Amino acid sequence: MELSGAEILIKCLQAEKVEYVFGYPGGAVLFIYDELFKQNKVKHVLVRHEQGATHAADGYSRSSRKVGVALVTSGPGVTNAVTGIATAYMDSIPMVIISGQVPTHAIGLDAFQECDAVGITRPCVKHNFLVKDVKDLALTMKKAFYLATTGRPGPVLVDVPKDVTVAKCKFEYPDTISMRSYNPVVKGHSGQIKKAAQLLLEAKRPMIYAGGGVILSDAAPQLTKLVRMLGFPCTNTLMGLGGFPATDKHFVGMLGMHGTYEANMAMQHCDVLVAIGARFDDRVIGDPAHFGQVPRKIIHIDIDPSSISKRVKVDVPIVGHVPDVLDDLIQLIEAGKQRPEAKAISAWWDQIKQWKTKDCLRYDRKSKIIKPQFVLEKLYEITKGDAIITSDVGQHQMWAAQFYKFDKPRRWINSGGLGTMGFGLPAAMGAQMANPDASVVCVTGEASFQMCIQELSTCKQYRLPIKVVNLNNRYMGMVRQWQQFFHGNRYSESYMDALPDFVKLAESYGHVGIRIEKPGDVESALKEAFKRKDELVFMDFMTDQTENVYPMVGGGKGLTEMILAEEL
Amino acid sequence: MRHIISILLENEAGALSRVSGLFSARGYNIESLTVAPTEEPSLSRMTIVTSGSGDVIEQITKQLNKLVEVVKVVDLFEAPHIERELMLIKVRASAKDRDDMKRMSDIFRGRIIDVSEDTYTIELTGTGQKLDAFIEALGRTVILETARTGACGISRGQRVLRI
Ligand SMILES: Cc1cc2nc3c(=O)[nH]c(=O)nc-3n(C[C@H](O)[C@H](O)[C@H](O)COP(=O)(O)OP(=O)(O)OC[C@H]3O[C@@H](n4cnc5c(N)ncnc54)[C@H](O)[C@@H]3O)c2cc1C
Ligand SMILES: Cc1ncc(C[n+]2csc(CCOP(=O)(O)OP(=O)(O)O)c2C)c(N)n1
Ligand SMILES: [Mg+2]
Repeated sequence: MELSGAEILIKCLQAEKVEYVFGYPGGAVLFIYDELFKQNKVKHVLVRHEQGATHAADGYSRSSRKVGVALVTSGPGVTNAVTGIATAYMDSIPMVIISGQVPTHAIGLDAFQECDAVGITRPCVKHNFLVKDVKDLALTMKKAFYLATTGRPGPVLVDVPKDVTVAKCKFEYPDTISMRSYNPVVKGHSGQIKKAAQLLLEAKRPMIYAGGGVILSDAAPQLTKLVRMLGFPCTNTLMGLGGFPATDKHFVGMLGMHGTYEANMAMQHCDVLVAIGARFDDRVIGDPAHFGQVPRKIIHIDIDPSSISKRVKVDVPIVGHVPDVLDDLIQLIEAGKQRPEAKAISAWWDQIKQWKTKDCLRYDRKSKIIKPQFVLEKLYEITKGDAIITSDVGQHQMWAAQFYKFDKPRRWINSGGLGTMGFGLPAAMGAQMANPDASVVCVTGEASFQMCIQELSTCKQYRLPIKVVNLNNRYMGMVRQWQQFFHGNRYSESYMDALPDFVKLAESYGHVGIRIEKPGDVESALKEAFKRKDELVFMDFMTDQTENVYPMVGGGKGLTEMILAEEL
Repeated sequence: MRHIISILLENEAGALSRVSGLFSARGYNIESLTVAPTEEPSLSRMTIVTSGSGDVIEQITKQLNKLVEVVKVVDLFEAPHIERELMLIKVRASAKDRDDMKRMSDIFRGRIIDVSEDTYTIELTGTGQKLDAFIEALGRTVILETARTGACGISRGQRVLRI
């Protein structure tokens, strides 16, 4: 029996066991929407803007380890989706985006709502396809899911012209697929792993630096085992939080631009560094020349060879899938007789503990104005550290990363690589869809929230009981902070004038809104919000306008050149 | 330093723009780029002449390998290799200059492949340097038009690039 392209597309999604498609209809995808309508296996979530569709698919994926799927129409549908695609690309999130395209015979003629989707998205996808013949559709979909999820994950776009959704052919969906031009390495080189084990066992000042690759590859158990077995200090990047339990005694906090004093000092002064699924980002090691001033041996485990020796030269590169490589490494160490140098390691811990006494995350607890850090500490307490936290971009994002202690992976969902304001709410929608019973909290700022505020309407339609924590400082706080530090207090266009009444706004969408103005009301407001299990509650916390994120490594500075709260 | 990178890639629409897009997006140099299908029609072979430090060349090869349509990448500079470029050059050749022009072409082992009343079109292959030298030797005033392919290259001896 022959099926239409639209039917085939839906059959492919069913074969991939796709639960949700986040999308928005339009002319080029009408046949696809028609087929969606005729079945009930794949559920469609109607967002209010295509950026929301891609972020929601992204949040769905990050919180569930499944592929996020979005469906958008041609032209403006695709261009609206680009921000979300680029966001997923920078953080290596597996997604499949299906975009409608004008009919094949109209391509290139400046047809209505035509845009070169493959061209426009090329730099921000792992791969993309234009399907010109219905006979290629099923195989292309199979490739898209395969590429999105294997190797270093990432978004894949499939552009489908309208006539292809109408044309018919036989449907066959392959079980497996192989591509001669695409063979990601999984198993680490055993000789290299041996070298790494030897370096680790001889280290006097070791440091384990783990990133988003640990989350993406579900390697938290292996990482935790390795760190505890060796007794070494461990730090996580912003993307790696939850990859190692934050409440474990070996955890020294996040590192980088807003990392802890102790994490950055240990990173700089270690003699053996193991980077695991982390890519030596400029927000993590600061100025590479400054970082290179201290001699140290670096072991780097990453599935993407191009992440290795990109910004920092490494001594022992290991290309492979984190859990597999760590399993091998753990086995090798366990089988051998040699153990870490106990005396040296304990002296190293003494040094780290001394750095810890700086108490670098300290803030004024007696303040009469609500401190954002206080809100996050209370949020952590009240949710018992067990919520899924999504975030927007800015100061609130950094405070959430610093003050919410993530013990488990896939609980911290934020845009690290692209830093996309507007990510938080739609990502929370995806996370709540994937985890209907979890507490999902969106930590946001009044500027970021307004970038995808329309999704409050989607939340109502699908009854998503997200809790929004708006740290409202009436500033683009992160921008204001840079202007204070580096631009002579000239707050050029970073003040948020004419803000909406968020409480009324939430109410007008059919949600609950609460404004909190005093530190004494923070706890009760949070408790009240979490009691409302079935409702979205928007908490508008009026926070200190002048609070800054500390420590801070200025742009282009060395990792240990930190600005600390006490210095100001 | 100058490098010649040879790439085998799927002979598919869009593959070329992925490679050229990669070079412009990441700020790598392209001195020349040539591409044509191979004896196995599903594959194309591309030759890119680029320059950069060792680290940059390493990143270029890794980034190229990461492109889904790229099957194999080699840096020809890692081993002995041969490099050739083809140039078609149209020069002024009026009656009084004809003999000179012919002699010049012979010295560089060029072939005259088209003749008109006032022009010669010469075909010349060699390294880029040789072609440059020919242009230099002729002098700008006699040159009407040049068309160069950009370099293509192959390893010497047993080394082969194939799947
Ligand atoms: C306002 C703001 C401030 C920021 N400040 C900081 C900061 O202070 N500290 C900080 O750390 N970040 C900070 N960031 C985030 C920063 O920009 C980067 O996004 C982040 O540091 C990158 O994290 P990562 O190195 O873990 O890499 P990711 O982007 O998570 O990359 C993952 C790596 O793992 C590899 N990988 C993927 N899958 C596998 C697998 N299966 N096996 C092996 N390897 C795999 C990938 O190839 C890649 O190299 C900030 C961002 C913003 C917006
Ligand atoms: C789409 C987008 N535009 C601009 C920026 C630059 N930017 C980074 S943080 C920030 C301010 C965020 O303000 P707010 O959401 O109120 O958070 P706060 O820093 O005050 O906590 C801006 C404008 C960005 N990251 N994303
Ligand atoms: Mg703000």
